[in-house]
Amino acid sequence: MTEYFDEMWGLTGQTRAPYKKFSDWFDGEQPARLRAKQREAEELFRLTGITFNVYGREEAEERLIPFDIIPRVISAREWKKLSKGIDQRVRAINAFLDDIYHRQEIIRAGRIPGEMIEKNEAYLPHMIGVRPPGGIYTHIVGIDLVRTDEDTFYVLEDNARTPSGVSYMLENRETMLQMFPELFSQTRVQPVSGYPRALQQSLAACAPEGCNGPPTVAVLTPGIYNAAYYEHSFLADKMGVELVEGSDLRIVDGHVAMRTTRGYQPIDVLYRRIDDDFLDPLNFNPDSMLGVPGIMDVYRAGRITIANAPGGGISDDKAIYSYMPEIVEFYTGEKAILENVPTWRCNEPDSLKYVLDNLKDLVVKEVHGSGGYGMLIGPTSSKKELAAFESKLRARPNNYIAQPTLSLSTVPIFTKSGLAPRHVDLRPYVLVSPDGVNITPGGLTRVALKKGSLVVNSSQGGGTKDTWVLED
Amino acid sequence: MLGKTAGGLFWMSRQLERSENTARMIETGQRIALTRGSDSDGEWASILRTAAVSAGHAQKYETATRENAIDWMLRDKDNPSSVLCSVETARNNARMVRTALTHESWEAVNAAYLKIKDLLSRRVSERDLPQVLSAIRQRSAFVRGAMHGTLLRNDIYDFIRIGTFMERADNTARILDVKYYVLLPMASSVGSRLDNVQWETILRSVSAEGGYRMTHGHKIRPREIAQFLLLDKRMPRSLNFCCSKIRANLSYLASDYGQQLDSHARIDTLCRRFMSHDIDAIFDYGLHEYIQDFLAALADLSRQIEIDYRFYE
Repeated sequence: MTEYFDEMWGLTGQTRAPYKKFSDWFDGEQPARLRAKQREAEELFRLTGITFNVYGREEAEERLIPFDIIPRVISAREWKKLSKGIDQRVRAINAFLDDIYHRQEIIRAGRIPGEMIEKNEAYLPHMIGVRPPGGIYTHIVGIDLVRTDEDTFYVLEDNARTPSGVSYMLENRETMLQMFPELFSQTRVQPVSGYPRALQQSLAACAPEGCNGPPTVAVLTPGIYNAAYYEHSFLADKMGVELVEGSDLRIVDGHVAMRTTRGYQPIDVLYRRIDDDFLDPLNFNPDSMLGVPGIMDVYRAGRITIANAPGGGISDDKAIYSYMPEIVEFYTGEKAILENVPTWRCNEPDSLKYVLDNLKDLVVKEVHGSGGYGMLIGPTSSKKELAAFESKLRARPNNYIAQPTLSLSTVPIFTKSGLAPRHVDLRPYVLVSPDGVNITPGGLTRVALKKGSLVVNSSQGGGTKDTWVLED
Repeated sequence: MLGKTAGGLFWMSRQLERSENTARMIETGQRIALTRGSDSDGEWASILRTAAVSAGHAQKYETATRENAIDWMLRDKDNPSSVLCSVETARNNARMVRTALTHESWEAVNAAYLKIKDLLSRRVSERDLPQVLSAIRQRSAFVRGAMHGTLLRNDIYDFIRIGTFMERADNTARILDVKYYVLLPMASSVGSRLDNVQWETILRSVSAEGGYRMTHGHKIRPREIAQFLLLDKRMPRSLNFCCSKIRANLSYLASDYGQQLDSHARIDTLCRRFMSHDIDAIFDYGLHEYIQDFLAALADLSRQIEIDYRFYE
């Protein structure tokens, strides 16, 4: 049986320093009051409408993501190291994208095989030679982190397209502030509420060069039936900008413009929450009703900023992931501060040999797979399954990567029978503009609510927690 | 403001007003049923007509009974004007225009939806009906209060108010349209017990009993009822009141935007045409014809507002 590192109790059961004050507070609370608070939290979420939509279910079409009232606490020291690593990684991703769509120095230098790019579905030829306003590709990034012990964090995944969940980070904090104000006067927690303002400023700083006066920013949503609609309206509301749909937009005099009560008004920066494929029916998927016909042409003419830039998906692809340490080093000249999960690329003979020898301890994934399909989890597979996978690996080694099975850290959740440890991950949110990189302290902690489960996804019964980064 | 947002605000407030009006009409119908006993089923048919939902009802039911009329008006998903559907549409519109609303306004709409959806999740028994209807009216009042207390008096508020008064004028006019015959001078000269019930019904269905008494005293007379519901300047559900509010809010928009549009000319014409005569002239013209003309002019104005402020294109 694996021992998991618990962020509140460590491996020994002794309360770790960052949790001391919270632990004292918790010990003085009546479980009945906390249970009432837990229900109160759900009521608050429902009233505010923080729900996500589930397709194809008439009755339960809007669901709440379960919220757990026990915060996840990170010390100032831990955060400092993390944010340094995130800053470095995000800069590297941005430089990588600029390089990939221009001179491709990293390929010329032999650090990444060219076929990794050209054959990648996420590579967007429309972006070749296009430099987005301000040179920024990834305006908003979410870096998924997991922790395995006192000192080790790994990046599990980069999200450089349209990372979601930031509204939960903000609402979780609001809810905690409303329910347990006394906790926050005892413990100094770094605020997160500045995010919408920072987002607005960061987007405005990326406006096209020809934009005079304060830039007009808008959020593009697929509409009220989209799963993340709440977040789209939340962010537009908090930024004080319009929330538009494709049907509100058209190209007028070479600019993307929105239909207002007083006629069409040009938009300078569009924070789009729709995928590349749906962005422009003239240039991409012709059936898309969500986008704006011709927006890519306006974009290439430098008359609008699209955040994030189209084609950014090439940087958060699973195949590219394994090259991230090289990418960080190539563009920053420094060793990566944040570790990648060790990844064996099975197309390299030495790696393949290692993977085959240690199959029962590894997780093997398809390079282009997602959602857990076509995956082997060594420790839980039978001899027969292992043997079958071995022959698949030998037949098409290029198609696979392998990683060790990680012992994800746990944080307690509040259950009927008291505190119980559950596995968590962390998604910090990062803003990038010519003015610099802005990282909100903390991020969204997702937690698997089932005992022993490693699946934190909300679509599969995961919940969220407020994430505290303590002040120095 | 986005044209779509203006349209969303307009329809959100229309639908909220509609749900409240429907609840009030059911209350009136129930009141008649209780005071008149067995022959009240005919009255439900007329209530359904007043709410402009009788065609759909007739497709589903052969005759109008208390039970099926109430269920149809309260919670039938096939009736887009049922309280449940109206509130749901209002809430969807509010979701769409979420960024234009204050937190409190949105929460009031969302809470109204959650509460009413819960209350109407199963058939409402006669015993529970009074509480359910009063909860519906109360939720509507909360929403209005939250908006009144927290929204800036800008174009957002104007579109909300225009939607509210369009729907209200439409509602009052429809009540009169269905009941106009009991207000005609010929019928009134008799003043039977039946007439008295009908007159009371009209006043009740626009929450105007108290207001009428303050204005015209205890004697309920058809001429005064018509005067009160059509032309009174202080009665918040009279046609005159609603039209002057629509005109005022349209003129705020005109000065805010610095634009005189077709809808401004139309509301001026509408007010001149329908609000500048006395009640006798209206009876001379024909009450029924007057209301029909008014409803047509109102629908026309509504379409013009949609076009002028680019709700859809």
